[in-house]
Amino acid sequence: MAGLKRRPGRYESWGLSLLGLGLFLGVWQVLAVGMTAGPQVLPAPLAVIETTRHLLVAPFAGHTLLGHLAASLQRFGLGFGLAALVGVPLGLAMGRFGWLDDLVTPLFEALRFVAPLAWVPFAVLWFGTGIGGPVMVIFAGAFPPCLVNAYRGARQVEARLVEAAQTLGAGPLRIIVEVLLPGALPAIVAGLRVAAGLAWQSLIGAELIVAGAGLGFVMVQAQSSLSPQIVMAAMAAVGLVGMLIDIALRRAEWAIRRQWDQLA
Amino acid sequence: MKDIRFDGVGKTFTTRGGAACVVLHDIDLTVQAREFVAVVGPSGSGKTTLLRMAAGLDQPSAGEVRVGGRRVTGPGPDRAVVFQHFALFPWKTVRQNIAFGLRCQGASRARQTVAVDRYLALMGLDDAADRYPSQLSGGMQQRVALARSYAIEPDVLLMDEPFGALDAQTRTVMQEELIRLSRQEPRTVLFITHAVEEAVYLADRVVVLAHDPGRLREIVDIGPTRAAEAWNTRPIHEVMELPSFTHLRTRLWRLLRDQIRPGN
Ligand SMILES: Nc1ncnc2c1ncn2[C@@H]1O[C@H](COP(=O)(O)OP(=O)(O)OP(=O)(O)O)[C@@H](O)[C@H]1O
Ligand SMILES: [Mg+2]
Repeated sequence: MAGLKRRPGRYESWGLSLLGLGLFLGVWQVLAVGMTAGPQVLPAPLAVIETTRHLLVAPFAGHTLLGHLAASLQRFGLGFGLAALVGVPLGLAMGRFGWLDDLVTPLFEALRFVAPLAWVPFAVLWFGTGIGGPVMVIFAGAFPPCLVNAYRGARQVEARLVEAAQTLGAGPLRIIVEVLLPGALPAIVAGLRVAAGLAWQSLIGAELIVAGAGLGFVMVQAQSSLSPQIVMAAMAAVGLVGMLIDIALRRAEWAIRRQWDQLA
Repeated sequence: MKDIRFDGVGKTFTTRGGAACVVLHDIDLTVQAREFVAVVGPSGSGKTTLLRMAAGLDQPSAGEVRVGGRRVTGPGPDRAVVFQHFALFPWKTVRQNIAFGLRCQGASRARQTVAVDRYLALMGLDDAADRYPSQLSGGMQQRVALARSYAIEPDVLLMDEPFGALDAQTRTVMQEELIRLSRQEPRTVLFITHAVEEAVYLADRVVVLAHDPGRLREIVDIGPTRAAEAWNTRPIHEVMELPSFTHLRTRLWRLLRDQIRPGN
């Protein structure tokens, strides 16, 4: 009603999504089979699915597909968790203390335009190519939205709630934990979702360059061994897992927003 | 129990354009320990500003505010504030809201429970203990706010139009409850209101502020009449029909009207 575009019904919507996916796969299949260049340039979707099934049981470049996925997820979890653990409290504190805001903001504003992948040389130099290097690159990708959303969320918490807490004897730490954090929670979770997407993207980027396992590593190895189906299988896995992460966090965001709207 | 002393207090705000705006000028006022002083005055005469300076939420531009002999420099739990719009923490239950100040003081679990239960009973909130503020009526929310402030056993209570957001009936009930509460637990109270009747019914003394700049116009003594006619033990509608009450009300109303009338 409110929107300008007409929303299709729920089943219609599902149907259209499936149709889009089917069309995409169909055109892909026709192109792959019909092209003279052959599977070395564009593997057919069915071949990719077959390869994926194979990779689930047979190791490639040291691990099965799930093994590589686990390596990637571990780095993702560490980098993303670290970014949230540092970014959210720092953002909340910046929303509370003007001096901290002044101290951090200029530096942050300059650094956040440096693409996460630009940190790769230093990440390798400082933390190596195992876990540390990629984790630092992910951290660089995920940190800004964690900080920015916590900061904006904290600034939007009503001043009188902070004042009420102050007059009841709450110190700075308690105000951050018990007033700003819950008050900013919907904004924070929205930020975490964006951060997770960026973290996952930078992870794969980092693994293309460093690491001895992981989905990005699989792509590089497959490319050098001239197996485009494997590259595509890894790409599909990246897309699928990224989507699942996003769906999970989107649900969390909805749930919290709905609950908070009820409380407001 | 502590007193509140305003000594030559002035407040000047600088507007965004850089112009100075004198909101309060040379206020000398002492609220004795255990005294209930109401402040009335036209909108914009600086009532809220006066209260915020006693709370430590604003600093005077001239003079000083002392509570219990000590100069006020910031908010503290010896001075609880009750705000017009309650300022309850929406994500905390009634019980958690009331316990907040006690937790800030590091009170033991047992002491918290005892105090919270006592105020729940005193304010008739037993059934609402585990509800969230959004699930309560305005009157109940303000009861929670009162309980939250009383629970930390402050020396001084600062109330800024605490019943201003309530409907007429609820308001009357709350006025009676406040009288009952102050009889059971006398505190030093500074009470801001728009409503002359409310001021006469509740206060020992009523301070009338003049407008532009806000300054002391007159102080009307209610205490002797209240004591002589035992207002505190009689229902509000009965008190409001007493000749002494209507006389005081009319006198205050005249004083106030002189402030509001243009050109004065
Ligand atoms: N932070 C501020 N910056 C600039 N001006 C302010 C600020 N706070 C209050 N004022 C101005 O000071 C004057 C007095 O405000 P105050 O809120 O104390 O009045 P009040 O008597 O409580 O009014 P009301 O009865 O409407 O609540 C107003 O003109 C207001 O615009
Ligand atoms: Mg006011």
